[in-house]
Amino acid sequence: MSTHAPPVPVAPAPIVRRQLPRPVRRRRLLIAIADHSLLIAATIAFVFPFVFMVLTSLMTTDQALSPKLWPEPFRWSNYGDVFDQAPMLRYALNTLLYSGLATIGMLVGSIPVAYALSVLRWKGRDAVFLLVLVAMMLPPQVTIVPLYSFWAQLDMVGTLAPLIIPNWFGDAFSIFLLRQFFMTIPPSYIDSARVDGAGELRILTTVVVRLAKPAIAAVALFMFLFTFSDFFGPLLYAGDEETNWTLSVGLAQFRTLHQVQWNITMAATVMVMIPVILLFFAAQKAFVEGVTLTGVKE
Amino acid sequence: MSIAPATTGALDRPPSAAGDRRRARKRARWRRRLIVLGFMSPWVVGFGFFVAYPLIATVYFSFTHYDLLEPARWIGTANYEYMFSEDRQIWGAVKNTLWLVAIMVPLKVLFAFGVALMLTRARRGIGFFRAIFYLPALAPPVAATLGFVYLLNPATGPVNAVLGVVGIEGPLWFGDPGWSKPALTLLLLWGVGNTMIIFVAALVDVPRHLYESAALDGAGPLQRLRWVTLPAISPVILFSVVIGTIEALQLFTQAYVAAQIAAGSASSAGDPSNDLGYPEDSTLFYPVLLFQQGFRFFNMGYAAAMAVLMLVVTLAITLVIVRNSRRWVHYAGGGR
Repeated sequence: MSTHAPPVPVAPAPIVRRQLPRPVRRRRLLIAIADHSLLIAATIAFVFPFVFMVLTSLMTTDQALSPKLWPEPFRWSNYGDVFDQAPMLRYALNTLLYSGLATIGMLVGSIPVAYALSVLRWKGRDAVFLLVLVAMMLPPQVTIVPLYSFWAQLDMVGTLAPLIIPNWFGDAFSIFLLRQFFMTIPPSYIDSARVDGAGELRILTTVVVRLAKPAIAAVALFMFLFTFSDFFGPLLYAGDEETNWTLSVGLAQFRTLHQVQWNITMAATVMVMIPVILLFFAAQKAFVEGVTLTGVKE
Repeated sequence: MSIAPATTGALDRPPSAAGDRRRARKRARWRRRLIVLGFMSPWVVGFGFFVAYPLIATVYFSFTHYDLLEPARWIGTANYEYMFSEDRQIWGAVKNTLWLVAIMVPLKVLFAFGVALMLTRARRGIGFFRAIFYLPALAPPVAATLGFVYLLNPATGPVNAVLGVVGIEGPLWFGDPGWSKPALTLLLLWGVGNTMIIFVAALVDVPRHLYESAALDGAGPLQRLRWVTLPAISPVILFSVVIGTIEALQLFTQAYVAAQIAAGSASSAGDPSNDLGYPEDSTLFYPVLLFQQGFRFFNMGYAAAMAVLMLVVTLAITLVIVRNSRRWVHYAGGGR
């Protein structure tokens, strides 16, 4: 789209605006207010939970037990107390290990597969792509019994390895998204690289990966967010092994296990949410840039 | 004539040249196959180990007694017989999960659509509002659930405090079997962002000239919504209903965490092993029960049988929705 010259501005025909009759104007104003008041009300409802979580995380223990809503005094040390109650740094480290290794593995495993399912042409490609879609829709609960027993035989239950390793063999949702994006790359780019004598691996690592950066960033982001928030997986495999707990598992057990008050619990909750919120604002920019940078669409 | 010698010279070797070419082409074809196989190899291994094998093995395990310690023992259809005749808990769990499909999913789609409509109508600050409505969807489910259990905490939670100011006595929310599912629904509505974003994108794509010609024909705002907007975005409605249903059938984390925290708040001596479904099995959804049977009680054969039923029901419900959709979904270009 960036290659197009801006359309030549056409001189607008002068429009003579007739003053609208008063009842129409009043009705329009009322409709606008009604529209926006609904929007404003919904916005308040959506922000409300965040606001009260943060407010409670700054209250004293006594105050958190009272129906008062505004903290006085502000007790910032709640955030430090979280670390005394539970090994949060340990959980954070485990979470990063899980998210990081799963995301890198997903990229290594999924990009070549998406390439073979979009750029390369071969018999049975569409049938295999259908299988990828089936794998994507499959409820995870359907396969956990054999998988759990499989990892138990390898003596890996109690670690996060059963969650990380499968991603190195490609993730169905990521393959699907990447493949959809690779399909939009004009064949002329790839053909000209082939004419220059580049092998498929070279075309993948130079031409395709470079053009598909925004899509790759997006799937990496999705995978990171999913693994960071994942609860079912870490609970299933590392639930009995506290040294391998992630933030999600640790947070879920936080209040029950340590008998802590709501103010400290909310401080821990807010701390787990902050990285995601920061990532969202950082990545929102990356998304917009990614979209504008794709001069791929001709 | 002068080129004849050259031609005959070239014609001396045609059979072998053609054979070379054929062999070269064959080799090239094999090379291409090997390249495809090389690129596909991660997925081939992964699909075999983590999808195809467990899918078949689940069906096998569903006919066995298996507790992980001893090898699986074949017991025929005993698991299914128990499921359909004796197990009291499972039908409660099925009912709870169907409640979500019948009530939570339509509410969520409707709500997402409403918010998206408001967003596309706002003249200014769309980016700001979109961020506000999208952020809760990103909040880790465990954190969001903890937040809501606190907010809806009957004694000291801000929601009942605010309701009290207005003169309404708030319900016990996660502590009342009649209110626990509505409370979970509120939590899930808060996380409506993903669906909303899809609706916003679809609404922006509705061709403007359709609205203009409808307005020229004298259609009011409601009629335009009914006869222009709804048909134009019906594929997206179908998509969000299908995805929402699949998600509802799999709901686990929020129910698990809410039950555990709410039970812990009710009795300070919380025994985490008996909290699932609190209060009174009202949040014991199908995946929660499956987890309990398989990984708390280690009735893994029975859990496998539940997994098979879940697969069948998921397929059936998705199929029914897609089948019925042919009557109301309109695809642009006239193709139905």
